[in-house]
Amino acid sequence: MNFIIFFAFLISFVLAILSGSTKEYTEVLLSESASAVTLCINICGSICFWSGIMKVAESSGIVKKIAKLLFLPISLIFKGIDKNGKAIGYITLNIISNLLGLANASTPLGIMAMQELYKEEGCQGVATDNMVMLCVINSASLQLFPATVAAMRTAYGSDNPLVILPAVWVVSILAFAVSVTVAKILSKTFPYKKAVEK
Amino acid sequence: MSISNYIVPVMVILILGIAFFTKTDIFDSFCKGAKEGLNTTVDILPALIGLMTCIGLLRTSGFTYILTGFLSPVTSLLNFPDECTPLVLIRPLSGSGALAVFEDVLKNNGPDSLPGLIASTLMGSSETTFYTVAVYFGAVKIKKTRHTIPSALSGDLTAFLTASFVVGILCL
Repeated sequence: MNFIIFFAFLISFVLAILSGSTKEYTEVLLSESASAVTLCINICGSICFWSGIMKVAESSGIVKKIAKLLFLPISLIFKGIDKNGKAIGYITLNIISNLLGLANASTPLGIMAMQELYKEEGCQGVATDNMVMLCVINSASLQLFPATVAAMRTAYGSDNPLVILPAVWVVSILAFAVSVTVAKILSKTFPYKKAVEK
Repeated sequence: MSISNYIVPVMVILILGIAFFTKTDIFDSFCKGAKEGLNTTVDILPALIGLMTCIGLLRTSGFTYILTGFLSPVTSLLNFPDECTPLVLIRPLSGSGALAVFEDVLKNNGPDSLPGLIASTLMGSSETTFYTVAVYFGAVKIKKTRHTIPSALSGDLTAFLTASFVVGILCL
């Protein structure tokens, strides 16, 4: 991580010098932090709202019931996860809202799932196998209906905006299967224990 | 698309309904949860500031456009239109950047052209990988992400390698 950050700053500065865009470089350097704050402000309300609703679902026992229903498929991907923990409940809801394309709901739910995994699996700055898997699943796009793409195709006058739907499904499933398999294989090649010892 | 206008309200009302009938203290639980949400947001901000700056710098420096030229031997081998290469490169880095490039492809080539179809498929089947990793791991202050990036990028790579082939079979 240290290396990536240093490298990204350095190489983009060198490129900016070569292309004479050091002015833009400085602008971004000084202004991107503001857009991170804007993002946090934008999602803060919805994070609070969903975490409030989820608390209601939790105290009424709904979360446990849903998680039990989806426990089998999820436990195949997330090894050794606590069946009665909060993490699996949030993961389940995160996956459901991903499928339905509810980006505003799925990100806060995913972040909360991550924090619950952190509490359950207690790590010292090193990602556990399940944390990696949660991240990988969320960086694949498991979406039944890509609403933004469909809307933009319509806006640019497509004869059939939804003609891409089968192709989107096939490519998403392929990409999802490959990234989950690669994560499974790499978690064995580079085990958690070794990463902690380093 | 109208279905999505029903999903969220139905989900919320269902949860509130069950809570009501199981005699849960709805408003008290909600406020407790919402307060936890506030802490979540504050926790992720510092990491987000650092990482978003990093991604922004790579984008403005023209790093992605240099890679496009670098990759043209590979893309021509795959019958992958050059118009879509910037999209493949920017997709993992920036959601709004990808949307801008996607719009560009639709505007210049038309949504039903081959580049238009491939770009649409890629947009619908991949995510902003680095952003996702930054947000999720930033929330729990993970420094060693281990094999996350390679695994997630292998998915993006799969989408890139198969998109033009799948579009050729299913859309044309």
